[in-house]
Amino acid sequence: MSFQQFTGTDRYLVTPELRDAVNVAIALEKPLLIRGEPGTGKTVLAEAVAENLVMQLLTWNVKSTSKAQEGLYVYDTVQRLNDARFGDKDISDIGLYIKYGPMGRALLAEQRVVLLIDEIDKADMEFPNDLLHELDRMSFSVHETNEHHTAKHRPVVIITSNNEKELPDAFLRRCVFHYISFPDRDTMADIVRVHHPDVEDELLKQVLLRFYWLRDLPEIRKRPSTSELIDWIAALRRGGVSTEAIESELPFLGVLMKRENDLQVTLQAHRRGRVN
Amino acid sequence: MFVDFFYHLRGFGLRVTITEWLTLMRALAMGHGRADLGVFYHLARSLVIKRETDYDAYDRAFASFFMDIEAQFDIDDELLSWLEQPKLPEITDEERAKLEALDLDELREKFKERLAEQDSRHDGGNKWIGTGGTSPFGHGGENPAGIRVGGSGGGRSAVQVAGSRQFRNLRSDRVLDTRQIGVALRRLKKLDKVEGPEELDLDRTIDKSARNGGEIDLVFGPPRRNRIKLMLLMDVGGSMDPHTMLCERLFSAAHAANHFKKFEHRFFHNCVYEKLYTDIARWRGDLTSQVLKNLDHTWSVVFVGDAWMSPYELTHSGGAIDYYHRNTDTGLTWLRRIRERCPNSIWLNPEPRKIWNAPTIHIIRQVFPMFQLTLDGLTEAVDVLRGARPNRALAA
Repeated sequence: MSFQQFTGTDRYLVTPELRDAVNVAIALEKPLLIRGEPGTGKTVLAEAVAENLVMQLLTWNVKSTSKAQEGLYVYDTVQRLNDARFGDKDISDIGLYIKYGPMGRALLAEQRVVLLIDEIDKADMEFPNDLLHELDRMSFSVHETNEHHTAKHRPVVIITSNNEKELPDAFLRRCVFHYISFPDRDTMADIVRVHHPDVEDELLKQVLLRFYWLRDLPEIRKRPSTSELIDWIAALRRGGVSTEAIESELPFLGVLMKRENDLQVTLQAHRRGRVN
Repeated sequence: MFVDFFYHLRGFGLRVTITEWLTLMRALAMGHGRADLGVFYHLARSLVIKRETDYDAYDRAFASFFMDIEAQFDIDDELLSWLEQPKLPEITDEERAKLEALDLDELREKFKERLAEQDSRHDGGNKWIGTGGTSPFGHGGENPAGIRVGGSGGGRSAVQVAGSRQFRNLRSDRVLDTRQIGVALRRLKKLDKVEGPEELDLDRTIDKSARNGGEIDLVFGPPRRNRIKLMLLMDVGGSMDPHTMLCERLFSAAHAANHFKKFEHRFFHNCVYEKLYTDIARWRGDLTSQVLKNLDHTWSVVFVGDAWMSPYELTHSGGAIDYYHRNTDTGLTWLRRIRERCPNSIWLNPEPRKIWNAPTIHIIRQVFPMFQLTLDGLTEAVDVLRGARPNRALAA
C-alpha cells in the first residue's frame, strides 16, 4: 500500500484495531474520531502517530469558549487599530494582522502534518458543524484579504471526545470512529511496564487484581483510569508498600479515587471482604 | 451480500447512511479488509458505527449475519462461490422495493455509478468484486485486498468476538441525550428589555453608519436579557434509579445552558415535604418554606420525577416514605403551595404515558401539567414555560 503506515511506538502500545482505524483514516483522508474513558490514551495517540510517521503535530485544545473560526484564523483588529494610532507602523497590509490558528496552520503547512483537535465536545454544540466544510474540503478563505487556501497535503486529523456532549450526526458521518475500550488485564500489565519498566511481577499482579476488582464495584461513580493506576503504582513503590499490605489495606487509595463517596464505598466493600 | 449486510445493519436500528457505506466500499477496494473477517469486523465498525452505544447492536447484527452464513454454507466452497457472484450492482426487485421505500432511489443510482467507477479503476483483470483469486472478496485468493470469510488467522473469529458482545454495557437505549436536551432548552427564552445602562446596538450602528456614508453613528438601546428563572426540582432515589442517567443528562444540560437569568436546583425523594435538599444524598437542605419565599411568580418551576409512590405519601400527613420522617402537611399540600406560588410550573415524567393513570400520577397531573421526558415532551414543556401554550393542569 502506498500510504505511510502507523505501527505504534515503544512508548505507546496500540491495539491492532486502533492501528487499523488510524491507517484507514489516513488512507481515506478522513478525520479519525477517538472516544473512550478518560486516561485511555486518546490524546497521546496523536503524539504517537506524529512521532511514528515523522510528521509535525499541531494541537488545538478546544475549550468551552472555542469558536470554529479561531482554529482557522483570527483577524487581530485591535492590534491593527492600536498600531494605527501612532502612525509608526505600516498597517496597510492586513495580512500581517491575520493570526492563523492550529487548523489554519495545518492546512497551510508545506509538509503533511498531524492535527489534533482535542476534546471537541468541550465546545458549544454547533462547533463541530461549523468545521464540516473545512474538514471536507481541507480549504478555507480569509475574507479580510480575499485569499483562499487549499491544503497542499491533507493533514492527518485526529479528534478526541470525552462524550460530554453528543456530537451532531452530520459531523459523525464524516469521521472514522474508534472507541478505545478499557484495556484488559494483560494489556494493562504491558502498559504499566512501559511506565514502570522495573516493576516487580508480584506487586503488579496484586495491584491489577485490586484495580480491576475496584473498577467492577457497581457503586463506583467515577472509575479510576490508566493514568490513575500508574500514579498509584508510583505511590506504592515510593512508599515502599509491601505486596501483602496492598492486599490487606488498600494504601494510598486517594490516588485512585477522587470522589469522597467512591472512597467510602470502596473501603466498605473492602471491609466486607469482597476481595477474593 | 454487501447490500444485504447494509440492510441487515439497518434492520438492527443502526443508522448507516449510503455515504458511509460507500466509504467502506472504498476502504475495502484500497485493501483495508486484508482478507480477514476479523479485520473486516473492525473496519466496517470504524466506518459505519459512530457511537460506542451502537457497538452492541453492531455486534448482534454482525454475529447473526455471519453466524447464519457459517451455519448455512460450507465455508470453503459454497460461501466462496456465493461471495464471488459479481452481482452487487444488480439489485433485485425485492431490494429495489426496499430502496424505494426508503426513498433512496437517487442514492441507489449514485451507488451504481460509484460501483461502475470502481470497476473501471480496478481494471486489468482485478474486478472490484468478482471471480477468481484476485477479487477483493473471496477466500484463499492472492489479493491482499480480499476478505477472508470464516476462520481468521488464529485467535477468535470475528463472529466469536461479535458474539461475545463486550460492549453491552455501553448501550443506553437513550430516550434523550444531552445535546438534544440542550437544543430544547435553548428555546426556553423570554427576552425582555431591562433596566440599566444602555448598550451599544451593533447591528443598528452598522446599519446607520452605512446609511451615513461611512460616518460612524453610534446607536444605543436598552439591554435585553433572558428573564427565565428556572428552578429544577428532581426526584432522586428509589423508583427513579432506572432514570438516573436521563436525569443527569437533563441536569447537566440545564446547568450548562448559561442563558437563564437564574438557575437553581433542589432534590427530593418521591414527594416534596417541608425540606428540599441540595445534594443527591439528601443530607443538606433548606426548608421548603424558605425556598418558596425566595421564589415568586416570575420563576419557572420544573419537577422531574416519576410521580410514582404510595398514595399515602401524597395525601396523608405522616405518609412520607422515610420512616423517621413525620410530615404534618401532606405532600399534596406542599405541591399545591408550590403551584400557587409559581403558577408557571410543570412536571416532567420519565415514565411512559401508558402508566400515567396510576393513582398518584393522576393526582399530580391535576396539579401540574405533565410531560414525558422525551424530546417531544420536553419541547412541549418548553413551549408552555415560555408562554407559547397555556399552562393548564388536568381538570379534576
